[in-house]
Amino acid sequence: MTVTPLGIPRRLVEFTLDGEPVRVPEGSTILDACRAVGKDVPTLCHGDTLTPKNACRVCMVEVEGSRTLVPACSRRAEAGMEVRTRTERALHSRKVVLELLASSVDMSTTPRAAEWIEEYGADPGRFGPDAARLQEQPRIDNELYVRDYGKCILCYKCVDACGEQWQNTFAISVAGRGFDARIAVEQDAPLPDSACVYCGNCVEVCPTGALSFKTEFDMRAAGTWDASRQTETTTVCAYCGVGCNVTLHVQDNEIVKVTSPHDNPVTHGNLCIKGRFGYQHVQNRD
Amino acid sequence: MDLHFGDSKPTDDERAAVDALLGPPESSWEGADRSDRDLRWARGGRAARDRRELLLPGLHAINDRVGWISPGALDYLCRRLTVPPAEAYGVATFYAMFSVRPRPATVLHVCTDLACQAAGAEQVCAQVESRLGPGSGVHVERSPCLGLCERAPAALAIRAGDPVRTAVAAPADAAAAVLAATAPDAAPEEPPVTHAAPQAGQAGLLLLGRVGTVDPESLDDYRAHGGYTALRRAFALGPAGVIREVTDAGLLGRGGAAFPTGRKWQATASQPDRPHYLVCNADESEPGTFKDRVLMEGDPYALIEAMTIAGYATGAHRGYLYLRGEYPRALRRLEHAVAQARARGLLGDDVLGQGYAFDIEIRRGAGAYICGEETALFNSLEGRRGEPRSKPPFPVEKGLFGKPTVANNVETLVNVLPILTLGAQAYAAIGTGRSTGPKLFCVSGSVERPGVYELPFGATLGELLERAGVREGLRAVLLGGAAGTFVRPDELDIPLTFEGTREAGTTLGSGVVMAIDDSVPLPRLLLRIARFFREESCGQCVPCRVGTVRQEEALRRLAERTGAGAADDVALLREVGRAMRDASICGLGQTAWNAVESAIDRLGAYT
Repeated sequence: MTVTPLGIPRRLVEFTLDGEPVRVPEGSTILDACRAVGKDVPTLCHGDTLTPKNACRVCMVEVEGSRTLVPACSRRAEAGMEVRTRTERALHSRKVVLELLASSVDMSTTPRAAEWIEEYGADPGRFGPDAARLQEQPRIDNELYVRDYGKCILCYKCVDACGEQWQNTFAISVAGRGFDARIAVEQDAPLPDSACVYCGNCVEVCPTGALSFKTEFDMRAAGTWDASRQTETTTVCAYCGVGCNVTLHVQDNEIVKVTSPHDNPVTHGNLCIKGRFGYQHVQNRD
Repeated sequence: MDLHFGDSKPTDDERAAVDALLGPPESSWEGADRSDRDLRWARGGRAARDRRELLLPGLHAINDRVGWISPGALDYLCRRLTVPPAEAYGVATFYAMFSVRPRPATVLHVCTDLACQAAGAEQVCAQVESRLGPGSGVHVERSPCLGLCERAPAALAIRAGDPVRTAVAAPADAAAAVLAATAPDAAPEEPPVTHAAPQAGQAGLLLLGRVGTVDPESLDDYRAHGGYTALRRAFALGPAGVIREVTDAGLLGRGGAAFPTGRKWQATASQPDRPHYLVCNADESEPGTFKDRVLMEGDPYALIEAMTIAGYATGAHRGYLYLRGEYPRALRRLEHAVAQARARGLLGDDVLGQGYAFDIEIRRGAGAYICGEETALFNSLEGRRGEPRSKPPFPVEKGLFGKPTVANNVETLVNVLPILTLGAQAYAAIGTGRSTGPKLFCVSGSVERPGVYELPFGATLGELLERAGVREGLRAVLLGGAAGTFVRPDELDIPLTFEGTREAGTTLGSGVVMAIDDSVPLPRLLLRIARFFREESCGQCVPCRVGTVRQEEALRRLAERTGAGAADDVALLREVGRAMRDASICGLGQTAWNAVESAIDRLGAYT
């Protein structure tokens, strides 16, 4: 039996969303309200298990009385607020932000990126062939996961997951400034020389595929990765008594990647190195 | 938190520099030699982690001693402060004054920003670079505005050692800059600060009255010239009374945002959460701004007194003075002034025998324009990367260390002194109805007498430029700095008030008034502004991080083009600029396109 945690009852806040009155529990964000009524607002740096960083700025909406647009993912709904999600101004911002991102970063493995680029009429090629891009080679310095910073949009999710919000390992940080800012360990060293404990919780939250399982990276390089042929089976990790849920992604009878359900009340999608990467024995047939 | 350290060891020099700041390490956990006692004792928990705010001073200590931050030194500092090395590396690489790669002990910052560029900084820089090549022991850097615009072009040499030495060459020719870098001790003294305040000695000045007339080193001289009468009045009025006076005086913030100071103080004072903090924003980095430097160098005790009053009114017992890293003379004078005030009981546990405890800590910035944004400044003070936070919550509620904080610009604070000595009514009678009091303007560029001018609000741009002796061939005036806007020579009747500039579609910003003649091509200035924003963007949000790059690329393409050939890129600039203004987290991104837009719309650039 699943026990649904019941919090203290929360007051409802009423505000106007695209002209319609909506009521959401106090403390909800504008994004929560949008999703509750089925409105699709694009997000990249927002994570369901993390405090919003609101760095990517693709979820901008217009709030009456605000000088600038506001990020739906982090602005809390207030009574009487008038929010409009599809004004010309908001759509323009989303379009330009998508253009800026797609012109500087490889978004080929970002879920829904292509769909949004089309929906908002973004043209990443408009900045010309000389537009600066992140020229980064994939960093393959360990057997478990690959860091391809050419795909990194600097959403800070991996930093937050590694640091104070989940893992408390603090192996990575943003280094440098501005367009030259990159996710790095100290001295930008290879991962095995860092504090990394290979829990893979950064891979779990990465929205663009910049961080990926070595297995996934290799299969994509070989052209054998095919998500449509994969099954997902959620089971219980057998290593210790905590009982974390692991979701095994299986293609051709081989485990190719392990994730964890974000709605699990104990682990919230986090695992340790054993649950995340210790599955080779399952498929060792000798 | 499980700290992981590499094998690099600090040199004796690096260790000594850190220990000079933090004291000797208490145990092997902090980097001392291992003893039996260490096996039974460890500093941990909150007490250990809470010293992270010393990270930036620690990085300064290392950089000042050896000129760069080696892996061993960074690791040692991290051990001492219980900071993860990855995070400390992220902080060290954030600031332009630090380097995590080896470099010569002397760094020469040659300003190539707007006022200096117009005064021939490029040629100076090229000559300096040819004379100080590799092997000269000097690393030459092209720097954003050094805040010495009245003596453009400017260069600042910093030689690491014990103690660190600095020398300023301004106005700099190649020989003076090379001398400053190669022999900072032998370089000529900077001219007195009166040089930067052409009105010095005139009667009736409220903010600059003491600049050039008092000895900035002498507390007695300051008191003989009316110092500390405002603080006595403040104690007589009580905190609520001070806030009432400041509110009634109609004081608006002078840092650029023009927020009512009284309202900010009231909002902080009424927060039940304790402690409250006061932060003085002296990270003056807006290109063309140097008013705060002149105040701090010429009348440092005034700022100390004003901070004490602000702390008293808002219930703060600790004030942080965040001073721009490139202001060595202001640092020396303020450090001296704080020590003097402390020794004389004007700071400390019992200020003026009134039972109010207040002390000031001076913290140096390290080369990051963004740290002038108040929430980025808080992060910088806390030992984090100077990235702005999203608001709400606002600083009056959750600011420095998550506590109610009032953050004010230097000039704003110094205005509190005449408010209390004259009284709110008399102060409010100065200026216009909605912009009360005196205002400092930083006049530079194509004028005979550049410097900081004090005028009551309401004088026109033309009157100010006339005073400063504007030269022939005025092409445009930049108001408010790189984040401000250009106006045309036929718009000199704009009244210099918050409301007047707003109605004219421009801004006062931090009080920059830069006269630009036709000797410098406008596209080159715009490109310099765009480069400034690209280099100073913290990189946190996409519109600013990538938008400022795209803006610079477009302006580079446009440099030689006009008319129909420019139309596409101008349209692109408008679209990117609009998204930066609408969607960036902080004021840097939101204003990064202001100057370029005004040059296109008002000056007709690229047509």
